[in-house]
Amino acid sequence: MARLNVKPTRMELSKLKDRLAISTRGHKLLKDKQDELMRQFITLIRKNNTLRDEVEKELTEAMKAFVVAKSLTNEAFIEELFAVPGKSITLDIQEKNIMSVMVPEMNFTVDEDDKQSEMQYGLLNSNSELDDSIDRINVILPKLLKLSEIEKTCQLMADEIEKTRRRVNALEYLKIPQLKETIHYIQMKLEEDERASITRIMKVKDMGQ
Amino acid sequence: MAHKIAVVGDKDSVLPFKILGFDVFASSTPRIARETIDRLAEENYGVIYLTEAMAKEIPDTIKRYDAEVQPAIILIPNHKGSLNIGKSRIQKNMEKAVGQNIL
Repeated sequence: MARLNVKPTRMELSKLKDRLAISTRGHKLLKDKQDELMRQFITLIRKNNTLRDEVEKELTEAMKAFVVAKSLTNEAFIEELFAVPGKSITLDIQEKNIMSVMVPEMNFTVDEDDKQSEMQYGLLNSNSELDDSIDRINVILPKLLKLSEIEKTCQLMADEIEKTRRRVNALEYLKIPQLKETIHYIQMKLEEDERASITRIMKVKDMGQ
Repeated sequence: MAHKIAVVGDKDSVLPFKILGFDVFASSTPRIARETIDRLAEENYGVIYLTEAMAKEIPDTIKRYDAEVQPAIILIPNHKGSLNIGKSRIQKNMEKAVGQNIL
């Protein structure tokens, strides 16, 4: 490991010792942060994976049903059916802090205009496939919304974990060994100087006699 | 703060979301999709659902919003089925964070 390019003086030694103390503390803190992030991330990503599987499967089914329904009806009617949405969803995003990672916390509020939202369109221009597809989509909705939150959180946490890991490694394998080696070098150099000056004084004393 | 939800993709796949009260933006070409997403990101949209078929064409645009808290771009399959882009994104995240695939 390369030693830092500093002059072997007492001043530098005390500076480097301070830096080593700070680096060690920083390393410990970052390591703790990384461990905790990882623990939370693993549970989240598992949930994310299963949730995505479910949502994808159901959503594909729902969309297939919709395409069938659409093919059976005049396109203009379909457009008309969807012109006025039966409910409105508002999304409330708050930033939550998980180990200094800002993640969105999404709160969805679904307000249905009236309880019989499934009968928003006429019977004449619709068909049972359409009902089916809309039912399915309604069922998936909470899962889909949950997925959005978890997936975004995972995304942000993965970035942060990578960053933290790099920092931890840089401290552990580069910064701290470098500092330690330099401190050792300065200490040895200072001791050597001391010994040299002692022998010199002894020599001078001998010469006087 | 209240945010809106958008769905972007081919018309057949995104139209049913309209009944849920999402804002639907049908886009037939990747260029339109990209412009739509950039516009929606500047407006007050918290979640943008994008079909995988579209996402395949515009990976750069999605990447740009990965590090942002808002908007969350979530991939959804279209009526032809899933292209596994969403799944592979999860795997990639996992590999980035953990170092290997643990599922």
